[in-house]
Amino acid sequence: MSAREEILGRVRSALAAADPSLAPVPRGYRSVVPAGDVVELFAERLVDYRAELTRCTADTLPAALASALGDAGSVLVPDGFPWEVPGGVPDTGQSAAELDRLDAVVTLAALAIATTGTIVLDHGPGQGRRAVSLVPDRHVCVLRTDQIVPGVPQAVAALSPDRPQTWISGPSATSDIELNRVEGVHGPRTLHVLLVSS
Amino acid sequence: MSATFVGMPAFPAAAREALSDTQLRRNLAHATGTIRAKRAAVVGEVDEWEELRMAGAAIKDNTLRHLDEHLLRLEKSLTDRGATVHWARDAAEACEIVASIAKQHAVDEVVKVKSMATQEIGLNEALATQGITAWETDLAELIVQLGDDLPSHILVPAIHRNRAEIREIFRDKMAAAGRPAPDDLSDRPAELAGAARLHLREKFLRARMAVSGANFAVAETGTLVVVESEGNGRMCLTLPEVLVSVVGIEKIVPTWSDLDVFLQLLPRSSTGERMNPYTSTWSGATEGQEAHVVLLDNGRTRALADEVGRQALRCIRCSACLNVCPVYERTGGHAYGSVYPGPIGAILNPLLRGTGVDDQVDSLPYASSLCGACFEACPVRIDIPEVLVHLRSKVVDAHRSAPKAEAVAMKSASWVLADSKRLGLAERGMGLAGRLLGRFGRKVMPGGRRALGRLPWPGSLWSNARDVPAPPAESFRAWWRREGRR
Ligand code: SF4
Repeated sequence: MSAREEILGRVRSALAAADPSLAPVPRGYRSVVPAGDVVELFAERLVDYRAELTRCTADTLPAALASALGDAGSVLVPDGFPWEVPGGVPDTGQSAAELDRLDAVVTLAALAIATTGTIVLDHGPGQGRRAVSLVPDRHVCVLRTDQIVPGVPQAVAALSPDRPQTWISGPSATSDIELNRVEGVHGPRTLHVLLVSS
Repeated sequence: MSATFVGMPAFPAAAREALSDTQLRRNLAHATGTIRAKRAAVVGEVDEWEELRMAGAAIKDNTLRHLDEHLLRLEKSLTDRGATVHWARDAAEACEIVASIAKQHAVDEVVKVKSMATQEIGLNEALATQGITAWETDLAELIVQLGDDLPSHILVPAIHRNRAEIREIFRDKMAAAGRPAPDDLSDRPAELAGAARLHLREKFLRARMAVSGANFAVAETGTLVVVESEGNGRMCLTLPEVLVSVVGIEKIVPTWSDLDVFLQLLPRSSTGERMNPYTSTWSGATEGQEAHVVLLDNGRTRALADEVGRQALRCIRCSACLNVCPVYERTGGHAYGSVYPGPIGAILNPLLRGTGVDDQVDSLPYASSLCGACFEACPVRIDIPEVLVHLRSKVVDAHRSAPKAEAVAMKSASWVLADSKRLGLAERGMGLAGRLLGRFGRKVMPGGRRALGRLPWPGSLWSNARDVPAPPAESFRAWWRREGRR
C-alpha cells in the first residue's frame, strides 16, 4: 500500500468512532477594532519595534526618501516603484550574491496593521520579489496612511493567498543570547517606514 | 500529591542531573520568567483573548475530526499550484524523501529553518549518513549545532548557554563549518550575532536547496506559513532553487481566513510580542522555485485515535506551557529526552509513540505537578492535566502484568491508610523518624522546612529527583489529641 493510502486509512480508522459534528467557531473577534486613531496607533507600535518612522506628505516625500537612504550608494528599486531614487539600481533579477552587494532597497507595501505595527508586502508592483526586501541591510518602505487597517483579522481579509506574502514587524531580531535583543541577525538591520499622509 | 510511576528512572534521573546544574536552573528561571511577563502584558492588551482561544480550539478540533478530507484538499490545492506532495508514514520514510530530492539535484548541503518536525524525525543525522550536510540557520540552533549539543527549549533552544560559552563555541567550531569567527570576537551579544550573520550569510548565498517546516498549512489554498524572528527563515524560503517543507498532518487549518485567529494567538503566546518580526506565506511553487511538501504521520494518527489525547494535536508549538511550568523551569528541556519538552512534551511523546514501549516515554506523564498552569496558558486550550491523568492510567495499564516498586509501595500505603490503628502506629514511627531525621536533615527547603536527602529504598525511587520534606516530629493526630482537648 502506498504511504498516502496507508496514512489516509489510519486517519479514517482513528476517527471511526469520533463525533463528526462541527463545533461552532466564535467570530466576534473580527468586529473588534482598537479605540482611537489607527494611524497614531500604527506609528506608536512600529516605533516600539525599533523601526524608524518618518511622517511626510506627497510633497515632502522625495526629501524624506533621500534622507532615509542617507549614504547608501546603491539602492535596489523594484519595478513599479513610482519615485526617482538617487543611486537607484533597477531589479534585473540579480542573484542573492549580487543583492548582497547593494546597500539598501526601497519598496511599497500592500497594507499595514495598526495593533501590531506590521507592514505586509504581497510582492505586487513596487514591492519587489521576496528576496529584494531581505538581503540588503537597509529597507526603506513607503506606506500611505490609508493603507493602514486596524488589526490582523482585517489584514487577513484584505490579502489574497494567491500572492506570496511577507509580514514585517520591525527589523530582523533575535533574543537567543541570554535573552538580549539584537537587531538584524539575517534580515535588514534597519527598517525605515516613510508614512505619507493621504 | 500525585503518585509517581517509578521503576523507570528516566525522567527523574535526567531531572536530577539538570537540577544540580545551577547555571541551567538560573538561565531557565530567567528565561521563563522574562517571557512569562512579556506574554502576560501583550495578552492583556487583547480584550477578545478568551474568544480567540475558543476559536482556535474549535477550528483545530473541527479540522482534526475531518482530517482525511482536509488532507486530500491540501494535496489538491498544493498540486494545482505547482508543488509536489509526498506522504511519509514515519521518520525514516520522511528522511528518505528529503535525501532523494537532494540527490536528484546533486546537492550535498542544505540550509534549514528551525523546525520541530525535522528535529523529531532526526533529519540532520539521517542526511549526514547519506553524505548531505544540513546547516541549521537559526542563531540558537547554530549555537546548539556547533556545540554538538541538544536544544533545551522550543523557543530559545540555546538558553542553557551563556555568552562566554557561545563565544568559545564560535571561536572553536566556526572555522570547521565555514567562515571562521573573527579573531577579536568578544562576548557582547551584538558581536556574537554579527559573527553568526557573516558565517551564515555565506551559506545562504550559495545554498541550492532548503528544508523548512510550516507553522500552518491551509487546505483550501495550499498556503504554507512560516513564523520567525531572524530572517533566516526568509533566507531559506526565498533564495534556494529547491524548497522542501516537512509538515505534520496536524498543521492543517481549513481556510485562509482562519489564519486571522492563529496569527494573533501564536506570537503573543510564544515570544510575548504583538507580532513576530517576520511571517512568510506562499502557496505552491512561487517565483520559479521548485516546491516539495512532505506530509508526515510519524505517530500523529496514533494520537488522533486517542479520544482524550487527540486534543494535543491542536498544539501550535508556541511554548507558552513550558514557560509557566514549575517542573520545566527547574529541570529544563533535556530531562524530557525529546524534542518536545515541558508539559506538551509530557503528553505528546506518549501519544505519538504509544505507552508501554519505552520507559523514558512512560515516565513523562508523571513529570508534572498537575498544577494546571499549562492549560491556562495554552492558546488552543489543550487540557494538558486531563491528558496527563489519562496517560498515567494507560501507562499503569501497560505495566500491569509486572508490578513495579511503586505499586508495592502504594499497596502497603493503602494497607496502612485503611485502618486507623495501623495509621496511628505508622505515624508514631514517622514522628520518631522525623525527630531523628529532622535533626540530621541537612537540606532546608524554601520556607525553612527541613528536607531529607535520599530516602532508603523503596522511597528512594521517589526521592531521587525530589527533596522530601522531613516528617514532622509529632503526628497531626498526636497533636490533635494533645491540643484539641483544651
Ligand atoms: S500545548 Fe498549548 S501552550 Fe503548549 S506549546 Fe502547544 S499550543 Fe503552546
